[in-house]
Amino acid sequence: MNIFKKDKRKEIKNESPLEIKRSNISTTTSSNKSSVKLRVFRINAVQNPNDVPHFDEFHVPVKRWTTVLDALLDAKSYQDSSIGIRYSCRMASCGSCGMKINGIPRLACYTKISDLDTNTITCEPLPNFPYIRDLVTDFSQFFNHHRSVMPFIQNKKADIPDVNELSEYEQSPQDLDKFLQFSYCIKCGLCYSACPTVATDLKFPGPQALSQAYRYFADSRDSDKSNRLKVIDTSHGIWRCHFAGSCSNVCPKGVDPALGIQLLRSHLLGISNSEKKIAKLQDRSLNSYREEEEEKEKEKEEEKE
Amino acid sequence: MTSDSIKNNNRNKNNSKNTTQWFSNITLLRESQIMKIHYITGVGALFVVAIHIMMRLIMPFNMSLEFENVILNYKNVFYALLLESILILIAIHGFNGLRVILLEIRQTQIWERAVNILVIVAMIGIIAYGTRTIIIANGFSLG
Repeated sequence: MNIFKKDKRKEIKNESPLEIKRSNISTTTSSNKSSVKLRVFRINAVQNPNDVPHFDEFHVPVKRWTTVLDALLDAKSYQDSSIGIRYSCRMASCGSCGMKINGIPRLACYTKISDLDTNTITCEPLPNFPYIRDLVTDFSQFFNHHRSVMPFIQNKKADIPDVNELSEYEQSPQDLDKFLQFSYCIKCGLCYSACPTVATDLKFPGPQALSQAYRYFADSRDSDKSNRLKVIDTSHGIWRCHFAGSCSNVCPKGVDPALGIQLLRSHLLGISNSEKKIAKLQDRSLNSYREEEEEKEKEKEEEKE
Repeated sequence: MTSDSIKNNNRNKNNSKNTTQWFSNITLLRESQIMKIHYITGVGALFVVAIHIMMRLIMPFNMSLEFENVILNYKNVFYALLLESILILIAIHGFNGLRVILLEIRQTQIWERAVNILVIVAMIGIIAYGTRTIIIANGFSLG
């Protein structure tokens, strides 16, 4: 028996459970272990309307693949459990974790700390939304605007009441491609927070609602296009967009709301029936390459002749 | 922005719709039609102002500002019509642009109605006063 060997079990008992867990984590990190300073916006607007907003700082360990959401949850778990934050899917699918990170609206689960290339991460609630608490904001107005554009298929010709006759909305792949991009919207609110018009005009529906108006307008299954256009054709509607492009810049799903707004405008003006241009699929297989080469050779021979 | 301001905005939402309908009833135009006029007057004003500038380059700058030369411009009916078209196009485009800017600053019912009324009155007033000036100046040569 080695009397000089320390009994590790005794050492563990003296530590608190949280410290044990934290120390285990620190020993399992890679040799590239580092930490960043997390500045989190704090306010409790609901319980204390006179609360003064301020920033709390936390030092959190990070790895190469650590996201801002991971860092925030680390701070919430081990340093201050009162941090208010919304999150759900952790994979840029639900849109819950939208916040302003280092001055730009982003999804916290989709933003890696290594990509930010800084040791100080500032997390603030999304602009253009009222505060509830810390990083949690009120989305009521945002959803009201979305509801106002009637985001559902309206087709009076559908024989839905007659259950004996099953019917389907026939839609070709080409028809689907015209609006598919705009259907990827996850209602995260990043475009709404980045829009400069929303910052000044509370009645402006915002890029998300307008892009969804185009999504249903361009859907071949929808028959109520005129009513949709009337809803957005107002003095605080689609015409107050100044084409800043910030909405498309921050969209995490590639929806490009600015494109939808411009396409809708051309329809409203009646000067064109422009639709989203669909990229042509090119055959990149080896056979197609050989066929192209053969065609080029034939053209050269014809020119020589 | 607090939740209270959002609640107030929701209350004003219905009122704002009435204001928009009220303005549309007066102008008998939808916003898309107003903006189409805005774009057309903008392009048209660019064209006629370009002609106006080119015509001003016919003579030296000092001479073109002399009283007799200015009155001589109004004697030419086509030039008088050119000036009238500049007046109308720029008045419509400019005041509608001002209306758009002011509506974005504040969204209360009183503000929106006041802006709409003032813009229409100013537009009509400027066009009327400018047309009067052109007619008088054109008639001056007959005196």
